[in-house]
Amino acid sequence: MNTAHRPDASPGRHVDRSREYVRIEGVSKRFGEFVAVDNVSLSVFKGEIFCLLGGSGCGKTTLLRMLAGFESPSQGRIFIDGQDMASIPPYERPVNMMFQSYALFPHMTVWNNVAFGLEQEKLARAEIARRVDDMLGIVKLVEFASRKPHQLSGGQRQRVALARALVKQPKLLLLDEPLAALDRKLREHTQFELINLQEQLGVTFVVVTHDQEEAMTLASRVGVMNKGQIVQVGTPTEIYEYPNSTFVADFIGSVNMFEGSLLEDEPDHVRIQCDELGGVIFVNHGISSAPGARVFAAIRPEKIEISRQPPAEVRENVVTGVVREIAYMGDMSVYLVQIASGRQVRVTLPNTERHADDRISWDETVFLSWRPSSPVVLTG
Amino acid sequence: MAGTLSIAGGGGRLGLLSVLFTRFGPPRWSQYIRRNWSGQRLVIAAPFLWLLLFFLVPFLIVFKISFAEVQIAMPPYTPLVQWAADAKQLVLSFNLNNYLFLFTDDLYASTFVYSVKVAAISTLLCLLLGFPMAYAIARSGPTLRNLYLMLIILPFWTSFLLRVYAWVGLLKTDGVINNVLLSVGLIDSPLTLLYTDFAVYIGIVYSYLPFMILPLYSNLEKHDLTLLEAAADLGARPVTAFFRITLPLAIPGVIAGSLLVFIPAVGEYVIPSLLGRSDQLMIGRVLSDEFFSNRDWPVASAVAIFMLLLLLLPIALFQRFQNRELGMRK
Repeated sequence: MNTAHRPDASPGRHVDRSREYVRIEGVSKRFGEFVAVDNVSLSVFKGEIFCLLGGSGCGKTTLLRMLAGFESPSQGRIFIDGQDMASIPPYERPVNMMFQSYALFPHMTVWNNVAFGLEQEKLARAEIARRVDDMLGIVKLVEFASRKPHQLSGGQRQRVALARALVKQPKLLLLDEPLAALDRKLREHTQFELINLQEQLGVTFVVVTHDQEEAMTLASRVGVMNKGQIVQVGTPTEIYEYPNSTFVADFIGSVNMFEGSLLEDEPDHVRIQCDELGGVIFVNHGISSAPGARVFAAIRPEKIEISRQPPAEVRENVVTGVVREIAYMGDMSVYLVQIASGRQVRVTLPNTERHADDRISWDETVFLSWRPSSPVVLTG
Repeated sequence: MAGTLSIAGGGGRLGLLSVLFTRFGPPRWSQYIRRNWSGQRLVIAAPFLWLLLFFLVPFLIVFKISFAEVQIAMPPYTPLVQWAADAKQLVLSFNLNNYLFLFTDDLYASTFVYSVKVAAISTLLCLLLGFPMAYAIARSGPTLRNLYLMLIILPFWTSFLLRVYAWVGLLKTDGVINNVLLSVGLIDSPLTLLYTDFAVYIGIVYSYLPFMILPLYSNLEKHDLTLLEAAADLGARPVTAFFRITLPLAIPGVIAGSLLVFIPAVGEYVIPSLLGRSDQLMIGRVLSDEFFSNRDWPVASAVAIFMLLLLLLPIALFQRFQNRELGMRK
């Protein structure tokens, strides 16, 4: 499963991997007995959007706070732009952070909030005014300059927080759940605005999020975290299509996970005996494990085809079942199909036609099939 | 008819009444009661009634007395309205001499100035002492915090008068403080501590400090600490962050605490009487002397009214800042 040569599927996102900007070396953080971050090593390259993705309590925010300097590592070292950050307090780091709660100063106007960081640099008044006005222009808040934060909507506050961090022209911007407080429509819109801003200003972003959709759209690379450890780092496509563990496969999107034992392991294919499925899964790429080993085959719901007739030609990777549930989501429908073993398989179908009287319905017996390239074989 | 009944169906408790009203005329008092006499209003009305009876009415009586003249009688002042039987006239007499007297006699001016000075300095001292304490309490862990708050409130379990008397024992010439200093050898002869301004400041600061600390604490405790992280992140050192973030946000607490100390301190009676100088009185003492020693109720009332006018400005300020803080939370 060599994926390194594959091109990044997200367009316009060129990460220059020669220029490492942040290096995290074996960093751990313990709070008493609790290990929040467990021996994490990671590089973030200049100009990329790196997403730390994980459930709550996985240590992603702690890692971000260590980059900002609000927590110090119990072990390990953090380098930003080649400089060891160990003894550098937050107010001297070349880093700015956008807080999840935005942490806008409630007693200051929008303008003063944005100017605050520049005032700390002891810049000339005219220079501060120019840069604040420019930045308010970029985030489209010029007419709100004299408002207080409590007079703004959620989306406007988010933009003030962003402007306040970006006006310092940091090389590295840390964003803690930047879109969590926005409603869905606004979130989608803001995602693209963030990407545009990032490309326009050439800042390196490290984003913490629990929302895999957010991570997929924003990130050039994603680091998936679990229990304080980084379990996989890769482009969104790599993470989705080539998860390296059942945890990642399960965490990102939905997946049908079948447990089985390895029958054949050839360089160009494998066969997995799967009792749950009542048959054999054929996969057209090899893995390196001994026959008889316990493995998992993960198949994404959109990669399973559903039909009333047995698919022609194909003999392997077919199973029959009965439709138990259908969830209509508008753009697509989710089918839960119960197979002979009682196991339910999740299948999604795009709703390509508006009037489909012929759509597969409840309690129909159907054939499920997938291509030999679709399953991902995982050993743990 | 059917239509009328269906409206009544939605009418709730007063359904039957509204049937009658929709049937026989426009609903007036039933709606009035429903709109204006909700439980909320009743709850608010109770304390207002209390204040009306036991604050506003007595105040008006005092206000009335301040325009009377002294006379040796029961009560010891002339009535505001008199029936002059011989002239067949109803005489309404406003005597402004009591107020003019306050301006002609130096005693009152110096008392007012001294009272305001003592109250202002005490307030400042309370603020300087109380702010760090409130800050420390607000930033300590939940267990310690409750212990500290308990300790702040603990003195209230003893009588105020007793605690002030205790200071007499501490401060007097052969009191605890002088004896300790003498025995240690820091001083050769006892210091004059009691019956000085210093003793008054100690008494007021000691007694009123909790009134400064508690509102400050309740303000500081609510501060969002990520604001300080944000300030640090934007390049502000801790001292800068304190003066630009913590202090401005604590202003409502500072104002509330300061006024809670300043307002009662201006009229303080017990502390200056027990610990203070005998050559310089505070308003509270003058008031009580006028009432009880001189039995000049009209002048005493005028002093009381004047003191109230003096305090009206800080009270109005207090209200304004409180409203502003409430507005900010919305």
